[in-house]
Amino acid sequence: MDKKVAIVGIGTTGFRATTPDVSYRELTYEAATKAYLDAGIEPQEVGAFVATSEDFLEGYSISDEYSPDQLGAVLKSIHTVPGDFIQGLGNGVMLIMSGYADIVVVQGMSKASNMVTKGDLLTFAADPFAWRPLQESPHAIAAMEMNRFLYESGNTIEQCAQVVVKNRRNALLNPRAALGAALELEDVLNADPVAEPLCRLDIAQHADGAVVCVLASQEKVGSLKGNPIWVRDVSWATETNALDSRTWGEAVYMQLAAEKAYRMAGIRTPAKEIDFAELNDEYSYKELQHIEALGLCAWGESGKLSEIGWSERTGEFPVNTAGGCLGCGHLFELDGGQKVLDAVLQLRGQAGELQLKTANTAVAAGWRGVPTTTGAVVVLGN
Amino acid sequence: MDIKHQKKIDKTVTSLRKKDVTGGKVVTESWEPNLEYAWDNGPAISRYLAELKKGKLIGKRCNKCDRVLLPPRMFCEICWRPTDEWVYVEDTGTVNTFCISHVDWKAGRLNIKGGVRPFTPAVIEIDGASKGMGILHMIDKTNPKNIKMGMRVKAVWKPAEKREGSITDIEYFKPIGKKK
Repeated sequence: MDKKVAIVGIGTTGFRATTPDVSYRELTYEAATKAYLDAGIEPQEVGAFVATSEDFLEGYSISDEYSPDQLGAVLKSIHTVPGDFIQGLGNGVMLIMSGYADIVVVQGMSKASNMVTKGDLLTFAADPFAWRPLQESPHAIAAMEMNRFLYESGNTIEQCAQVVVKNRRNALLNPRAALGAALELEDVLNADPVAEPLCRLDIAQHADGAVVCVLASQEKVGSLKGNPIWVRDVSWATETNALDSRTWGEAVYMQLAAEKAYRMAGIRTPAKEIDFAELNDEYSYKELQHIEALGLCAWGESGKLSEIGWSERTGEFPVNTAGGCLGCGHLFELDGGQKVLDAVLQLRGQAGELQLKTANTAVAAGWRGVPTTTGAVVVLGN
Repeated sequence: MDIKHQKKIDKTVTSLRKKDVTGGKVVTESWEPNLEYAWDNGPAISRYLAELKKGKLIGKRCNKCDRVLLPPRMFCEICWRPTDEWVYVEDTGTVNTFCISHVDWKAGRLNIKGGVRPFTPAVIEIDGASKGMGILHMIDKTNPKNIKMGMRVKAVWKPAEKREGSITDIEYFKPIGKKK
């Protein structure tokens, strides 16, 4: 990128299964207050705001109009990206690179606990002629993808279960995570089947929470306190949504997003030049599929590597150091926000008990969940 | 385009009638979404609704800008700080703006000629809250033609046993005399 942009502040509420004590407004307000304190700014200094949300998740239409107050964005430039947090981050980067603003705030929020009919909400995303009449569960769509991925790559169900064990254990040490648990491999393999080969524990449970991130131009960074984390590049891609003709084995969308981000960040051998990854693991197999799509190991190798501890915090290439979706929760469009948060904390050396020894360059990657084929990738460095 | 060619097109164009769709001549897909939400109101709106049930209106003060916010908020969106003490306000106020609506909220036309009274929604600046702070409600039991900007109004509450912690615990606002 020809103009440098840094993350200069980040704040979160942490993630919990329910948040009956606060409305969505207070949830974002808490994360925003922490982010502004972290960056040492007042919202008056912010040039533009980017919110990420999706009307059906919020429960009312034109929900973007409800986002300014709790960000301190009243009478300011704000727009909403109906996509993953990392796509919102990309919009924030563009606002700075284009010269529109020096400081930009990016927000993401999940109030999953307020969606009473989550199952219906997901089926409402189904294509009206090709899928809905068949009434096949979104988890079944994921299971078909898992089956094809395992078939083509040679990875196994046991290796997917290993991902669950690792991420839920990492979450035990993460004070922001909702779903820490000391599970054994057998617990995962023996859990009730949902849509075989997926079982209950392969699927991330929903959670509430908010993340707010402050971006600044290189010129501005010098006058701000704190520890800037540089956005080396950000990219996103979407494959066809057609269930009858999409690529079922590989996460092509993530591969394309990563290739573009790496090219622009000047990364040629990601596994060597990147120290760790925070990536979407909404279903256990997604971690393996995304590791391979991000080029962090050879095709078909992620499962074997996971078995020998390669992706553990103490391993050669740590993945989802704070628990990922399986440990923190499925946060809908905030997925990438949780990934960026944990990458930033590691890169700053602020990850507490989860801190890695070497954390200079990270990749964070979000996926928009079933039935989407959208992935967003950001490369971050300290 | 010449007229001859246009006529040829007109002959081939078929317009779609309602019976073509309902009669199954045209294949369509339909779906009725089952979407249900239960929103957490948070401390400010929860207290506001609980007070409405008691027949009271409550706001919250920001000690920095000295505004009394109504409905109450946990933070001041202008000063960017948590708000301070709870403040009961009056159930009287002044009309900031209003209109005479001949359509219902789904844009269906009301049978005004048949004797249905138009809806008269209004924003009412509540006494005790800061200037510009008020609630969206409605005015009733008065001739719509008599509603004026700046008119003084008072809440007409539902009987206590029928109140449920909703803004409809106030049935409507009615005109009163000038502020003393």
